[in-house]
Amino acid sequence: MDVAIVGVGLHPFGRTASMSGLEQGAAAVRAALADAGTDFKAMQFAFGGSQDGGNADSLVNLLGLTGLQFTNVANGCATGGSSLNAAYSAIKSEQYDVGLVVGFDKHARGAFNPQPKDWGLEDWYGETGLMLTTQYFGMKIQRYMHDHGISRDTLIRVAEKAYRNGSLTPTAWRRTALSWEEIDNAPMVSEPLNKYMFCSPAEGGCALVVCRSDIAHRFHPRPIYLKTAVVRSRNYGSFEVFSPSQPPEVADSPTVTASTAAFELAGVGPSDIDVAQLQDTEVGAEIMHMAENGFCAHGDQERWLAEGATDINGKLPVNTDGGCLANGEPVGASGLRQVHEICVQLRGEAGERQVAGEPQVGYTHVYGAPGISGVNILTR
Amino acid sequence: MSEAKPLHEGLFNWPDPAAGLIGSRCLDCGEHAFPSQSSCRACSSQNTVLADLGSAGTLWTWTIQSFMPKAPYDTDETPETFTPYGVGYIELACGLKVESRLRENTPEQLNIGMPMKMELITVRQNEDGDELLTFQFCAAKESH
Ligand SMILES: [Zn+2]
Repeated sequence: MDVAIVGVGLHPFGRTASMSGLEQGAAAVRAALADAGTDFKAMQFAFGGSQDGGNADSLVNLLGLTGLQFTNVANGCATGGSSLNAAYSAIKSEQYDVGLVVGFDKHARGAFNPQPKDWGLEDWYGETGLMLTTQYFGMKIQRYMHDHGISRDTLIRVAEKAYRNGSLTPTAWRRTALSWEEIDNAPMVSEPLNKYMFCSPAEGGCALVVCRSDIAHRFHPRPIYLKTAVVRSRNYGSFEVFSPSQPPEVADSPTVTASTAAFELAGVGPSDIDVAQLQDTEVGAEIMHMAENGFCAHGDQERWLAEGATDINGKLPVNTDGGCLANGEPVGASGLRQVHEICVQLRGEAGERQVAGEPQVGYTHVYGAPGISGVNILTR
Repeated sequence: MSEAKPLHEGLFNWPDPAAGLIGSRCLDCGEHAFPSQSSCRACSSQNTVLADLGSAGTLWTWTIQSFMPKAPYDTDETPETFTPYGVGYIELACGLKVESRLRENTPEQLNIGMPMKMELITVRQNEDGDELLTFQFCAAKESH
């Protein structure tokens, strides 16, 4: 049985002081249900997650105590991807006909504040100043630039694109395009990445209604089909955050293994993808993920960005809604926002940022600590 | 009587730091780890032994911590006295890459592949006035 997405809902990312994280999640669910022309009572199951916004299954207090199977998912940055993967299996296996995927969050301002013991590390690691994700991102792209000839100009181009696309996205947090000079001159955070090259923790919610493909048209005239949903964790040797040491050989990242599996399962290849969402926690991540997901060779990003190949009117539009850079990262909702944007693009409802030519196949990729990646491939 | 001692036991040889970092080696597959681990990340074996990793290597990648980190960072610095520090991975003779603070803290001082050596720095004083030490790496040749 194939799996369809028949309802999408988003509570705008950024800051909503008047609403709790849970309320933002409920708003997203209501929007997705309305989009699918159905109601919460019709949902047979739900998978949901939030890092800092409360237990996802508490949403029933706001949406109705209907007795559905509600499973909380906690998988870091891949929480949304893991929820969708679980829902995919629930429909694919014909256990259920229709259900809900939801993610939301509400993080404190400023950088995340991880604690060593939560990551299997000892206190010295944090006390001596090594427990910062920003350092890892800086070091990873530093080595990548050295190995593959990526220039600082390419870092700036990715940021420029993100804020330009964000300015075209009504639900985005950062809606002001930034000039080359503004990005170039921003305060340095962690060499070679500066303030405008990083995304920030944020708030927001996102929800999807999924169902069996043979009943999809009951809910929506233009269902989007979820061809595959894959989640992978790191292999020995993959260069990941919070690693006091790394083995001699650098292994493929979980992005590579998830992407390879997803293309194989979906029966399509990178050249078939018309629009993509690639995890852009910072600009280096988007650059590396272009190659790790198989869209270009390592080093070709230099030319791709210079030619605008990942712009909305380029050969492979990437992060058409501004990605994490323009939307911020409410961890529980972020991966689902990517799927939301691809559904909107494949339906042809993306307004000013619509990719031309009726895109047929879309791709989403999430990546996060401690080395986990989720890939979804979607078609009209 | 105050003294200098490691912030955390078992990361480097003490009181003879010249022998460098202490990690572990797997007797089944030969892979190294730092800090030492009782089980092997590569092959799941629990047949590991402590291993001296030495005090020299080359810089594999680097960044600079330009602002004072929040807790759990715990030094005697204040935002006013904070000095930016480098962070990098040092590729050791056994091939293992160890993450470390770096003495160098400007882009001009840091290049991938440069020779590095270990030294000890004071993280903070405890209530008894003891100097608590950790390792960091610095350029093996002083720049001029
Ligand atoms: Zn082993």
